[in-house]
Amino acid sequence: MRKWALFAVIVVGALLLWAEGDIPPFGDPDTPANTYVAQYYIENAYEDADMANIVTVILTDYRSYDTLGEATVIFTAGMSLLLLLRRGGRL
Amino acid sequence: MIWEFNFAMFLFLVICAIAAITVRNLLSAVVIFAAYSLIMAVLWAEMNAVDVAFTEAAVGAGITTVLFIAVVSRTTRRSKD
Amino acid sequence: MKEDVVIRTVTRMIVPFIQLFGLYVILHGASSAGGGFQGGVIFASAFILYGIAFGITEARKRIYEKITTVAASLGVYIFAGIGLLAILFGGNFLGYSALPLPLPGPEIRGLMAEFVEIGIGITVMAVMTSIFYDMASKEEVE
Repeated sequence: MRKWALFAVIVVGALLLWAEGDIPPFGDPDTPANTYVAQYYIENAYEDADMANIVTVILTDYRSYDTLGEATVIFTAGMSLLLLLRRGGRL
Repeated sequence: MIWEFNFAMFLFLVICAIAAITVRNLLSAVVIFAAYSLIMAVLWAEMNAVDVAFTEAAVGAGITTVLFIAVVSRTTRRSKD
Repeated sequence: MKEDVVIRTVTRMIVPFIQLFGLYVILHGASSAGGGFQGGVIFASAFILYGIAFGITEARKRIYEKITTVAASLGVYIFAGIGLLAILFGGNFLGYSALPLPLPGPEIRGLMAEFVEIGIGITVMAVMTSIFYDMASKEEVE
């Protein structure tokens, strides 16, 4: 079993190293991630939402539905732990 | 981006990752995992992702360590395998 | 819990500053690094430090489990409620600029984003404190 686990780790690691050649260089402005919507965010974030931090503008304004999902995930984690571990009728 | 600094940080990161899964004492594993999170936070900050670095330092190195230590103190301290 | 004067005194002194820093991180997320998640975690770490130094039963008297449970849902309600208010006033879900406030559109969006951050901070703070209470309490499960 351990041999097969080692084999799987080596194969997956080799695949990842092989795929690493296709990753664009760090900070390249011509990648698809940087040319599609990131340009719009950088140019319009301050005028749209009157906040200096672009990350906050994206998190709470442009992508607020995602952030609502994140908050719900954290809430669900807390509630499930409450239901599993807290006994004795206390809320 | 300083090449030598990045290389040293990634080396520490890999060493911490391997040590965290091989060490027998679970409390040691938790502390090594906190060190891993701290190195990761330094790397995020060095890549100009300050918000992610902040989150990693607060959540990964802070709260997660405390919760893991709480769980270790409630269960056993030795790993079985 | 062993009595330790140094730890308890330092904890009692440092807890307000941690809470203040958490509030600063939540409210200053608009103009510098930070936000609801980080600030909520830092705010919860103050309660966790108090619980470690003084014991869980003592910490439960400071912030009740009932409060953490209610606050965990209150934050999500604030977030979703702002979104639903935007629908009620004729906008999209979470489209803040539809809210009828006497401000220009971008400022409404900035203000509502602050409220959303506060909601996330309340949820994260309450959930982290509640998880710590649940995991670290010594009482036996029947």
